[in-house]
Amino acid sequence: MSKKPLLEFTDRGIYCPIGRFYIDPWLPVDNAVITHAHSDHARIGHKRYLAHQYSEQVLRYRLGEIQLQTVAYGETVMKNGVQISLHPAGHVIGSAQIRVCYKDEVWVVSGDYKVEDDGISTPFEPVRCHHFISECTFGMPVYKWKPQAETFAEINSWWRHNVENNLATVIVGYSLGKAQRILQNLDLSIGKVYTHGVIENTNDALRRNGITLNPTHRITADVPKEDIRKGIVIAPPSAVGSPWMRRFNPYDFGYCSGWMSIRGAKRRRAADRGFVLSDHADWDDLISAIDATGCEKVYLTHGYTASFARYLNEIGFDAHEVHTLYGGDELTEADEEAPAPTQPPPGGEALLSDGESKVLPTGEDLGGATI
Amino acid sequence: MKAFAQLFLSLDETNKTNEKVRILKDYFLSVPDTDKMHMLALFTGRRPKRPINATLVRTWAMEMAHIPVWLFEESYHVVGDLAETITLLLPKSTASSNKTLTEWIAEINGIATQAEEERKQWLLSSWGMLDTQERFVFNKLLTGGFRIGVSQNLVVKALADISGLDQATITHRIMGNWSPEDYQFADLMAAEGLSDDISRPYPFFLAYPIQETSEKQKTSGELQIALGDAAEWQAEWKWDGIRAQLINREGKIFIWSRGEDLATDKFPELHPFLETLPNGTVLDGEILSFKDNRPMPFNVLQTRIGRKNLSKKILEESPVALIAYDCLEYNGEDIRHKTQSERRLMLEQLRTATPFPDIFRISALINFETWDELAEIRGQSRSMIAEGIMLKRKSATYQVGRRRGDWWKWKIDPLSVDAVMIYAQKGHGRRADLYTDYTFGVWHGDKLVPFAKAYSGLTDEEIRKVDNFVKRNTLEKFGPVRTVKPELVFEIGFEGINYSSRHKSGVALRFPRILRWRTDKPMEEADTLETLKALL
Repeated sequence: MSKKPLLEFTDRGIYCPIGRFYIDPWLPVDNAVITHAHSDHARIGHKRYLAHQYSEQVLRYRLGEIQLQTVAYGETVMKNGVQISLHPAGHVIGSAQIRVCYKDEVWVVSGDYKVEDDGISTPFEPVRCHHFISECTFGMPVYKWKPQAETFAEINSWWRHNVENNLATVIVGYSLGKAQRILQNLDLSIGKVYTHGVIENTNDALRRNGITLNPTHRITADVPKEDIRKGIVIAPPSAVGSPWMRRFNPYDFGYCSGWMSIRGAKRRRAADRGFVLSDHADWDDLISAIDATGCEKVYLTHGYTASFARYLNEIGFDAHEVHTLYGGDELTEADEEAPAPTQPPPGGEALLSDGESKVLPTGEDLGGATI
Repeated sequence: MKAFAQLFLSLDETNKTNEKVRILKDYFLSVPDTDKMHMLALFTGRRPKRPINATLVRTWAMEMAHIPVWLFEESYHVVGDLAETITLLLPKSTASSNKTLTEWIAEINGIATQAEEERKQWLLSSWGMLDTQERFVFNKLLTGGFRIGVSQNLVVKALADISGLDQATITHRIMGNWSPEDYQFADLMAAEGLSDDISRPYPFFLAYPIQETSEKQKTSGELQIALGDAAEWQAEWKWDGIRAQLINREGKIFIWSRGEDLATDKFPELHPFLETLPNGTVLDGEILSFKDNRPMPFNVLQTRIGRKNLSKKILEESPVALIAYDCLEYNGEDIRHKTQSERRLMLEQLRTATPFPDIFRISALINFETWDELAEIRGQSRSMIAEGIMLKRKSATYQVGRRRGDWWKWKIDPLSVDAVMIYAQKGHGRRADLYTDYTFGVWHGDKLVPFAKAYSGLTDEEIRKVDNFVKRNTLEKFGPVRTVKPELVFEIGFEGINYSSRHKSGVALRFPRILRWRTDKPMEEADTLETLKALL
């Protein structure tokens, strides 16, 4: 007699039939457990949300009035006899892997994750499990990150060089995660940090959550251009090429993303500088993270799922591709600048995605097999 | 090599023209002269001969990176550049090297004759001592395609700034048949140029289009405003062949194609007339296949380009002649500063004197009084087997490179059909990891027959949308090619169409490209093979 799996892949998202809850569902459900507050994972319209406590204010800012229960890392919540606990994923502040346990069977849903300690998100911790549901946004061997200290040394020296040459410096990264990671790793002896409104709103939400961030200055019409030129501007991807950005002229703009490790992707962005900085695990880290779970089976939800599954199978894992809607749905024309809705907006327009996914469609093989 | 790698990186890090010129100047002022000439050779497309074929380079890279073949191939499709793929896959280097660019290129040239095992050892140890950025340019040297985000114009500008010579002089001096091993930087920069290279061609003068797209037809009024009086202009047909420069100096002949390839041997039919030209003559013109006094379509000429051996059969089926446009050197004197009309007279004199008037032809001038009249004549281009009309100001000098003002091309509107996308493949360079290369089909009964591939014509935004469609609507995968659910309709434009036994559809198109995405058309309304063949 074959028993029903503890977690299933349904057209609404990852579902636990015994516990009667979903993890990061993309259609409205009664009970949603949320790995992190990025819009392709935390969507509007669910009745009840469960998320990490550091995600609370950002979720409320992004999703408006929601019924939200929060927990700390490692704390267990029971739902219909199923144990749920959240464990650090290291992706952004408050991001979690979801561990689901029932009668000694353990499943873990990674959400998005990175292994390197970024200095602001609680560092990734491997969780032992039987079944691991993993992302693989950068699941190709050409993606290998250098330590962030090296990248930030480049960023700081670029900023210093711009200040010396009387150029404004604009650094671009998505508003939740990348923006704070940049903020906390800038060399503030060079100058002040100015922020785009969308980023400052996220910063404010995080500060309300008790998280300490370096000082920032929201850019308004009153801030003199000369002051901005001595500092650095953190802007979201949606600001690139906008009139808002053009007013800093002359400026140099740098783009921070894992995609920047490929010359073609960088040239497509037409950024002055592309800094390789990702909140996702690289090739080596994906493999070591999966290995560290000791899992019997691994399911790959988004990224280069087909190639990565094939490679994992060749080196001895039991890997499967799964079709999900994570990783940025390009067709929804996601835009981070959409204001926090208080009413569910029409026709899925608010299915915001994290900015990194917008650089390139990550959904290689979205048509992959569903299990 | 470190300086060269840094040059490459710095150029990549800016989109600003002035900044690029500054970086190039800094490079020229900081490296040894031999490195300068090697850099110049590489930036003008003069690459060392491949010492190791690409398959072996790949194989040894896979070995060093411990990567299976299929994963290497998929990585290559993600990155879209072989040199970069190898760079990203190799393990971190363990040593370093201070060899200069000149020394590396000497090694590359030297290793070519070694046994395979030695070449392999050399390659692996070279990779082991180069950092990421050095490896990238090194791999570029080995695998070819040294295309970088810098036009030759910028390099010329940097050299002109350094030397005080004008840009046209520099452009001329870096043309033709030189190698970095025997061309001295001092000679390049000398106030008085050395004219020891009798094969050296002049930089071509190229035209911009006067009308950007067929949707915006120029009225005679607009032409009047843009160009002034019709009487100030000469008009010729725009021939569709191989633009070439033909030289006779000191009894030696040279034929250069516009890509700066020496192509003398490719066109033996032209040698007799060229040899009878006076010493010190340079002609600019178009090489075309001719039969019965009529030019043949470009695809006839195409069958003999690229052939190593010109068989008797090919010479009979596709005999070439020259349609001369211009004379650049007359009696050993550079006459590019003379007016179009003066040069034309000299060209006509040469033509009158030739014993080979069927081979040395001359581009006839079109008689017209008004722009309206010329617009009407332009409508006959296709029956003339021409691509449209060339406009040249009678007072124009022969200039360097693509310039606005005195020469314009006025091409005919492309032919077009509506077709359905049926296959897609990822692009290269800045289109890496995006599905940008498409194959289109037209209806033949209830089937779609592939008839054209097109890579260009969509905006970045449209490409993103099509890419997304491809990823969600893949029916089958054949290596890098995906069969896509037939649904999207595009208007495909092309310059010409001919019978072809090599294509499934039975036709071959010239310069196919996407004119626009017909989001308004369902695929059932795309054109048929019959419609396409009616254009033959």
